[in-house]
Amino acid sequence: MNEMSNPKMDAKKRYAAGVLKYAQMGYWEPDYTPKDTDVIALFRITPQDGVDAVEAAAAVAGESSTATWTVVWTDRLTACDKYRAKAYRVDPVPNSSGEYFAYIAYDLDLFEPGSIANLTASIIGNVFGFKPLKALRLEDMRLPVAYVKTFQGPATGIVVERERLNVYGRPLLGATVKPKLGLSGRNYGRVVYEALKGGLDFTKDDENINSQPFMHWRDRFLYCMEAVNRASAATGEVKGTYLNVTAGTMEEMYARAEFAKSLGSVIVMIDLVIGYTAIQSMARWARDNDMILHLHRAGHSTYTRQRSHGVSFRVIAKWMRLAGVDHLHAGTVVGKLEGDPATTKGYYDIFREERNPMALENGIFFDQDWASLNKMMPVASGGIHAGQMHQLLTYLGEDVVLQFGGGTIGHPHGIQAGATANRVALEAMVFARNAGRDIWNEGEDILRDAARTCTPLQQALDVWKDVSFNYASTDAPDFAPTPEVSM
Amino acid sequence: MKLRQGQFSFLPDLSDDDIRVQAQYAIDNGWAVSVEYTDDPHPRNTYWEMWGHPMFDNPDAAAVVFEVNECRKEHGGKYIRVIAFDASPGWESIRMSFIVNRPATEPGFRLVRQEAEGRSVRYTIESYAVREPEGARY
Repeated sequence: MNEMSNPKMDAKKRYAAGVLKYAQMGYWEPDYTPKDTDVIALFRITPQDGVDAVEAAAAVAGESSTATWTVVWTDRLTACDKYRAKAYRVDPVPNSSGEYFAYIAYDLDLFEPGSIANLTASIIGNVFGFKPLKALRLEDMRLPVAYVKTFQGPATGIVVERERLNVYGRPLLGATVKPKLGLSGRNYGRVVYEALKGGLDFTKDDENINSQPFMHWRDRFLYCMEAVNRASAATGEVKGTYLNVTAGTMEEMYARAEFAKSLGSVIVMIDLVIGYTAIQSMARWARDNDMILHLHRAGHSTYTRQRSHGVSFRVIAKWMRLAGVDHLHAGTVVGKLEGDPATTKGYYDIFREERNPMALENGIFFDQDWASLNKMMPVASGGIHAGQMHQLLTYLGEDVVLQFGGGTIGHPHGIQAGATANRVALEAMVFARNAGRDIWNEGEDILRDAARTCTPLQQALDVWKDVSFNYASTDAPDFAPTPEVSM
Repeated sequence: MKLRQGQFSFLPDLSDDDIRVQAQYAIDNGWAVSVEYTDDPHPRNTYWEMWGHPMFDNPDAAAVVFEVNECRKEHGGKYIRVIAFDASPGWESIRMSFIVNRPATEPGFRLVRQEAEGRSVRYTIESYAVREPEGARY
């Protein structure tokens, strides 16, 4: 690419005191072929004006592995060639001037087995504040099988979750209790009971429902479990409510989770903001206690949404599959929150597939083998309603939790009616799909037919018929269909 | 009370042709279809009685409908479900499950509360039908 494409120097000159370009220090190796056991990171780099892209990529490799800003002789006490991360490829981002995709390979021995905290301390540590870059985004990672196998993975997984719930052949249905703040425990349990009895499988605490003056956590858990069991008796189904155990300390989270277990809950919930180590601890607790673990991705948009800086959600999804959660929100495509269809498909594939082949159109830059780690159940939540059922089933498939919060509780004839409308719409759509109908084009007819024997569905279709959220996405894959540029 | 287990329990009862169409979908996906019945519909009663083995090599859903009707002749007063089993790696479990026969009346479930320490309650649900011995229910 420039004068640095052949950076090898003899050792005496290389380790003389002073400052060298990162590329010359050995962090740029254009001839390097990544080993099967290497961790590979793909960064989108935006160098400061006048900073060469290759030098910037080498700097990212350096700062995310062994380098400091100057030459240190103590490198020579180590097998430093091995521990140095190697930028081996830099491509201009299609249609985005000043941005480059930098491929960086890391030797497996740079990372502690089974620790997301350790992985991220390197990969998204100091390097994100590095001055020679205007912006930096971690777009994707290839995690070698040898490393994947050091993680527990989802505590329960999609298959065993379905076996425990006794629900097969259709998406699961849920709703977040609304209003998200302010209800007393007794009133909160009412919403849970009505929604579950009406036909939902799950209800859900919201991310910021923990233990506040208007409703302390024990009160919520007790009333919610009364509601869950009453609904189970009324329908003959297994029901659940995601009891959010997020708290200020691990000790408190364990105490809340143990109480949820003692009451017979099948599922507990945590928020992404508790941090990677706390998530891994709760995943281990969930595995030990036969509990499904729901993760709400609270906070992720602070770093996932902007195209030029931060961490892509597809990387967060990979880390969470390693860390071991069972449920994770992943977008709806058609609802109120960010997500273009191609990018969202990439996330869903990361959650649910045994192997992800490279798919640039979905933002997936590497083949990824999941080495029999359990699958995560994606959760689609935010501004969706029964009238979109054909779109939801087409985009998101069968192994997903569809969460209709407003779309259940906002039903004009009450929460039970809202839940029933959603369940009937769902079953009718699955039935029609299995029967070979073209649900994408005939979806509205299928819903209308189903509503003939279900008044609540007709009411739902009437109320929400014109609601949609059609805004341009801020995050979409950048790829050119010509292979020589994009891959 | 209507038992809501299975993937189509909120729809009107399935006709024999509906059963055939859904079973054919399973067969076309390579899944083995089987028929099971029970008089204990507790949601955690995993093992319903098997009406023969899963039909591993059956290409035609008409055979499933035939078996459902044979099962109805003997167990028409009980719950009967059709399930589809997927043996592919990474799944190896049920893919579909739907109820195709119900008792004439469904008495539902009793919720038993045992008050425990603090305000905790231990819950048990039990079908009213299972108070009678097996075979004498419904």
